[in-house]
Amino acid sequence: MSEKIDARGLSCPQPVIMTNKKMKEIGRGAFEVLVDTETAKENITRLAQQSGWNIEITEEGGDIRLFLKKA
Amino acid sequence: MRKTVRFFGSRWGIISAGLFVGIFAPLLQHWGNPKNMGICVACMERDIAGALGLHRAALVQYIRPEIIGFVLGALIAAALFKEFKPRGGSSPIIRFFLGFFAMIGALVFLGCPWRALLRLSGGDWNAIVGLAGLAFGIWIGILFLKSGYTLGRSTKASGFSGLVFPIVMVVLLLLLLFAPQFGRTPEGMPTGPVFFSQKGPGSQHAPLVVSLIIALCVGFLAQRTRLCTMGAIRDVILIRNTHLLSGILGIVIAAFIMNLILGQFKPGFSDQPIAHVNHLWNFLGMVLSGLAFALAGGCPGRQLFLSGEGDGDAAIFATGMIVGAGFAHNFSMASSPAGPGAYGPASVIIGLIFCLAVGYTMKGKIA
Repeated sequence: MSEKIDARGLSCPQPVIMTNKKMKEIGRGAFEVLVDTETAKENITRLAQQSGWNIEITEEGGDIRLFLKKA
Repeated sequence: MRKTVRFFGSRWGIISAGLFVGIFAPLLQHWGNPKNMGICVACMERDIAGALGLHRAALVQYIRPEIIGFVLGALIAAALFKEFKPRGGSSPIIRFFLGFFAMIGALVFLGCPWRALLRLSGGDWNAIVGLAGLAFGIWIGILFLKSGYTLGRSTKASGFSGLVFPIVMVVLLLLLLFAPQFGRTPEGMPTGPVFFSQKGPGSQHAPLVVSLIIALCVGFLAQRTRLCTMGAIRDVILIRNTHLLSGILGIVIAAFIMNLILGQFKPGFSDQPIAHVNHLWNFLGMVLSGLAFALAGGCPGRQLFLSGEGDGDAAIFATGMIVGAGFAHNFSMASSPAGPGAYGPASVIIGLIFCLAVGYTMKGKIA
């Protein structure tokens, strides 16, 4: 089961810092980040692309779910 | 629509936003705005504070349509792309004073991060000292962020609360257009506020419609591309990402070329317009601003664009800046071309102590 980070309502750049920390912590694997602004979505997407993580995005209501995966 | 969204999110998107600012800021100066101040969020909010009588520095009083345009342009973009999300409640009083002290620092240096870039591209080398201070302040902020600093979550708010700040901007626009006089002299004669400077920087401005249209475009582009000077420096230090930085380089390069074309490039340290040569306080003023911006999550421009998106916390930061500008001039904290104001250095130190206290104490688990 993948782990979850809830970064909703946090100011820039906290969602990115939390995601970055998790990436470094687990090195590889899968986890999920929940955000609620387009800016956070874009920032985390750029971070994922930059550090070689695969990212899938789904949106439901006002929330944005980011699934991050690295084999 | 999707293609447009992708373009704005791309590197070329942010570069084009930077180029737009870099081209039109020197033109605004050419068309009447003060020197090296085609766009300056801090100075322009300070002028608005003066026009409303929150300070009585007669040389810097004008309701700058650029500020109004930034917020309303961002509002239009956010509404169009379904990003208008009223929210707030993340440590408002802290954000107010971060804005307050960010303005004090900016007025000790004499400019916001954007004006620092524009001063640099106009040949004012004091801006290098200011930008170094800005980067240093942001670096301190990053140390706090890395060790768990947070102002807590914002929560969704009602639609109206997101519109309050944009409505204030519309009211400012009406005050600009009709310039009513609310004050009374001892003899009962009408006087300001609204005050408009008769001479000095406050009296220098591009035609209202031109300023407003350009600012609406900047607000629109910046909301879409998330242009932010503080974020640019922060992302390079924090995650080695140069996306936002490319927008900032766009501003500097375009403004430099425009200044050359318009004959506005005058290299040197001394005799620069609306600037002083006290390196220590140019540096420390911007350390304070940079730290406050990093702790609040955005440069003054970005805070205005977020306010247009319905972010009440950013609106409070911007309000803190405007109030801070009033204090900066009333309490002799703002600099002049002669150097720092009498209480400028002391206020920067107090501001730094405040920011450090915020950085050290605002931690803990996010519920």
